Amino acid sequence: MSEYDLVIIGAGPGGLTAGLYAARARMNVLLIEKAVPGGQILVTDWIENYPGFPEGISGFDLAEKIKEQALALGLEIETAEVQGLDLSGTTKEIILKEKRIKTKSLIIASGASPRKLGVGEDKFMGKGISFCATCDGPFFRDKVVVAVGGGDTAVQESLFLTKFAQKVYVVHRRDELRATKILQERAFANDKIEFVWDSVVTGVDGFFSVEKVNVKNVKTGDEKTIEANGCFIWIGILPNTEFIKGDVKTDESGFILVDAKMQTNVPGVFAIGDVRDTPLRQIATAVGDGATAAVSAEHYVENA
Amino acid sequence: MAENIIHLNDEDFDELLKTSDKPIMVDFWAPWCGPCKAIGPTLEALADEFGDQITIAKVNVDDNPISPSKHNVQAIPTLIFFKDGAVVNQITGMVAKEKLEEAIKSVL
Repeated sequence: MSEYDLVIIGAGPGGLTAGLYAARARMNVLLIEKAVPGGQILVTDWIENYPGFPEGISGFDLAEKIKEQALALGLEIETAEVQGLDLSGTTKEIILKEKRIKTKSLIIASGASPRKLGVGEDKFMGKGISFCATCDGPFFRDKVVVAVGGGDTAVQESLFLTKFAQKVYVVHRRDELRATKILQERAFANDKIEFVWDSVVTGVDGFFSVEKVNVKNVKTGDEKTIEANGCFIWIGILPNTEFIKGDVKTDESGFILVDAKMQTNVPGVFAIGDVRDTPLRQIATAVGDGATAAVSAEHYVENA
Repeated sequence: MAENIIHLNDEDFDELLKTSDKPIMVDFWAPWCGPCKAIGPTLEALADEFGDQITIAKVNVDDNPISPSKHNVQAIPTLIFFKDGAVVNQITGMVAKEKLEEAIKSVL
């Protein structure tokens, strides 16, 4: 069986960029994606902090453009879900359901998934509970919804929800937002948004779908119920590392630790974007990571 | 090839459910939904592969509000599997092609 110079796991902006650089460097490279290329930006309504698009661009369109560019440069993409890794030898192996793929170097770009509340919301998934305003927002036309979180995603997507919902309660566990200032200004100026400060969601209730969201003030202990048909959750992310099982070092939350070349504790194995321990999780930082890792992998393969 | 996928509206949806002797997988989608557009090529590939054993159909929820509300669809993409007119499986969100293949095989 042939051996690749480089295998990349995950086709978000970081993985696609790494693939684009590696393909241009004429490396024998394969990108493995379990679902469809794009990653989390596919669920992002509008992106206005990625350079080169002064009017902004939709997440789907940006994903398509990055994919198109990588394919045009000769990147090969395979659709499969990685089951595990074998990093014990100089040749690394990626374990798929029906075969193993051998490679000299590996870039893990598997991204992250939204963190759940853990208050039994799973049974209402797709029935009022959502992580994706651009997918599900229009189902809440003229309805009341709750949004949970205070970061960029929570505030940006809450603003998007106001296009449809008659009222958006933003429940945040602190008394100020972490979101970037321009988003805060827009949210405070929007009369459909009402903030529920110092509060957490303790449960959701309903018959077929969400009808009530229970909220508790963490400072006073007061509990109240918000009558709402939807509850959108944006309280951070968890790394997609189920297939890694201790093969590389991570921090206590599971994010992969790397050096300035994006290399993990295993030589020839790199990690980029949201799956790594990074101070900022943006498209701009993920693509930067991707370029760095691809060049690092190229050097590693040349000198191995 | 996209011709293997049928586009249904509220009227022919009910008709197809009543008359089909094959299982049906219906994709509820909308043009404004990035993930819906992203899984489009996957569904086309599945229709090429399994089109003679299962009917793969799409319902645009913007143009056809009745069918999604009848089946409690509040999120898209949602894929609903019907066999003999009854719902046998439902998948919400973007899913890997392998998972969809398994889901299709289990209703054949």
